[in-house]
Amino acid sequence: MAINPKKHEMPTQDAKVRARNFSEVALGYTEEMAISEANRCLNCKNKPCVAGCPVNINIPDFITLVKQGDFEGAYKVIAQTSSLPAVCGRVCPQETQCESKCTLGIKFEPVGIGRLERYVADWHNANAKEGGEKPQSNGHKVAIVGSGPSGLTCAGDLAKKGYDVTVYEAFHVAGGVLVYGIPEFRLPKSIVAKEVEGLKALGVKVETNVVIGKTLTVDELFDMGFEAVFIGSGAGLPNFMGIPGESLKGVYSANEFLTRSNLMKAYRENPDTPIMKGGNVAVVGGGNVAMDAARTALRLGAEKVYIVYRRSMDELPARKEEVEHAQEEGIEFKLLCNPVEILGYNNPENPRDEKNGFVTGMRCVKMELGEPDAKGRRRPVVIPGSDFEIKVDTVVMSIGTSPNPLIKDTTEGLEVNAHGGIVVNEEGLSSKQGVYAGGDAVTGAATVISAMGAGKTAAAAIDKYLSNK
Amino acid sequence: MYKIATKKMLNSTVCQMEIEAPLVANKAKPGQFIILRVDSEGERIPLTIAGCDKVRGTVKIIFQIVGATTEKLNHKKQGEFIQDFVGPLGKATETEGIKKVCIVGGGVGCAIAMPVAEEFHRLGAEVTSIIGFRNKDLVILEDEFKACSDKLVVMSDDGSYARQGNVTVPLKEMLEAGEKFDMVITIGPLIMMKFVVLTAKEFGVPVTVSMNPIMIDGTGMCGGCRLTLNQDGKKVTKFACVDGPDFNGYEVDFDEAMSRGRMYFGFERHAHEETCNLFKKAEGGNN
Repeated sequence: MAINPKKHEMPTQDAKVRARNFSEVALGYTEEMAISEANRCLNCKNKPCVAGCPVNINIPDFITLVKQGDFEGAYKVIAQTSSLPAVCGRVCPQETQCESKCTLGIKFEPVGIGRLERYVADWHNANAKEGGEKPQSNGHKVAIVGSGPSGLTCAGDLAKKGYDVTVYEAFHVAGGVLVYGIPEFRLPKSIVAKEVEGLKALGVKVETNVVIGKTLTVDELFDMGFEAVFIGSGAGLPNFMGIPGESLKGVYSANEFLTRSNLMKAYRENPDTPIMKGGNVAVVGGGNVAMDAARTALRLGAEKVYIVYRRSMDELPARKEEVEHAQEEGIEFKLLCNPVEILGYNNPENPRDEKNGFVTGMRCVKMELGEPDAKGRRRPVVIPGSDFEIKVDTVVMSIGTSPNPLIKDTTEGLEVNAHGGIVVNEEGLSSKQGVYAGGDAVTGAATVISAMGAGKTAAAAIDKYLSNK
Repeated sequence: MYKIATKKMLNSTVCQMEIEAPLVANKAKPGQFIILRVDSEGERIPLTIAGCDKVRGTVKIIFQIVGATTEKLNHKKQGEFIQDFVGPLGKATETEGIKKVCIVGGGVGCAIAMPVAEEFHRLGAEVTSIIGFRNKDLVILEDEFKACSDKLVVMSDDGSYARQGNVTVPLKEMLEAGEKFDMVITIGPLIMMKFVVLTAKEFGVPVTVSMNPIMIDGTGMCGGCRLTLNQDGKKVTKFACVDGPDFNGYEVDFDEAMSRGRMYFGFERHAHEETCNLFKKAEGGNN
């Protein structure tokens, strides 16, 4: 049987239509597509894809079951190692992980592993009878700080082993970056809620509105009887460029812009939480978060949305798929371009003019790529005299974050590095006994799946630590 | 869900509630704040803590009904619940080494100034309080201030109560008369705090101001609460939620803070009107 050299395309909403709504962009495979795509898998001996997965999902096994139409069986294989399959099937950068290692990929396009994972997880969520049984308790209590991808993964793995797990979340809803950061059109919030419900069914307790470092400290968690603590508190403080005009009205961090829209539902009609909509929007940065912010701005009703990035398309750190989606939707990429000042309205005649202090534009310079830097990326250099202005009403700064100081400042003996990231060993253990950490709180801004991998590693280490105690 | 243990109107537009939140009450210190949501669709708003009762596990909040969210909150009755209540956030007011303090509160800001005054009184500092209101009907917490202040001056803008004038008038008189405060702490409208800073600065007295900007998470994540400080000629961006809410008044860029505070002015005015209309309709329907 000849193998189809190409992956089955993912059905998506039409670009023009989806650019103006918040419904999910990718619609998911049908059963026929899933089985047909699964049949592209060679079931090769070496299984290089498994090593490419940060949580080591047994990929060929689940794909084999998909071939046979046993979707629940396939789900069980994935669920052995992944706590959030429906999330990973949507937001993992498979093209640089499992799929990049696929044997079929040497000659053809690799197997669409991510798309199959999504199909299986969605099938389970739609069809499975509820009530996976609660594991027998082993009597050990573990606290998890933060309910993002690392925390939920760590919680899930420990709960499956019988630990009594409590997750503390600062916001009013669980999910961390999966609910405040990644937009509805990429990851519907109902899916995140479902995954959290799944963990609760395993016995995981979720306490919202608790800020560890403020409401309770890490040391108090030990006083309360927890024997180990996992810190997955995420990245934290947004970075700004330090250019004039960043305090003008209409300048947001990507965190704020996305949180207003995603978590606080400012995209809905008559929201309680305001957000600036419409006009022209510039998003500064080139990562996945920048793509999310740009596409959100478009859906909120912007006339024109720019991605402003100081390097070229080749260096753009966002996933290729996200960049393509953004381009299809009409987002304009201003590459090799860097802002130097944000301009605002000022009526000197009337200090009470309501428009005073709002953004009107952005002054940028053109860049060219010079010598490679320490990381091997070519350093962007300003082209002298290349200043130009673009007319914008909103600017979203999406240039990374710095770790949050709340836990570091209130936890004695917790070592952090020069960037404020928590220092851990290869098992996720920090400098403080019984305290483990992972995800962005350790590495700075990274991916959902790498955070999940860290949560998984720490869960195994916590299990080892408490079993030997 | 968090129960409203008590509710009391302090004047026609200022409401006081005690909310059952034992974990917050256990930790709260003067100067810190909480974030609440009234209902499951609600926005997150920061309110500075006006006191707490560790035994009963309650946290006192005092708010002025100025927008849609405070309007909704005010429609909640004693014994009812609010959706979310998280804290204590921000840093507590610095009290160390301050033996003689002047607390300057304006309007509903007095609600936050009061626990600070109480804390200094408890610590044995000499407390002078200056509290100002627009008019007689808006005066709140006078007895509470009296109880914790060695000296209390009440001002009203229109002269309808106590002495007429701004809070800066008695402050300036005291400083001119040679009062030596270790610190002036001011909490109230931005424009008032700006002028308190200017007044105290003339005499070289340090001023702490309590900032209450627009916020979402209150934990340093969104950066919406950022403000600019001028430190040694350099502009420095700080986040009120984790670096504050108290700041050195000499350094704060008040004009920028005032401008940023009006970012959603149009939205809020509209939302408040809508909410009021909804409540009016609902009440009309009951008749």
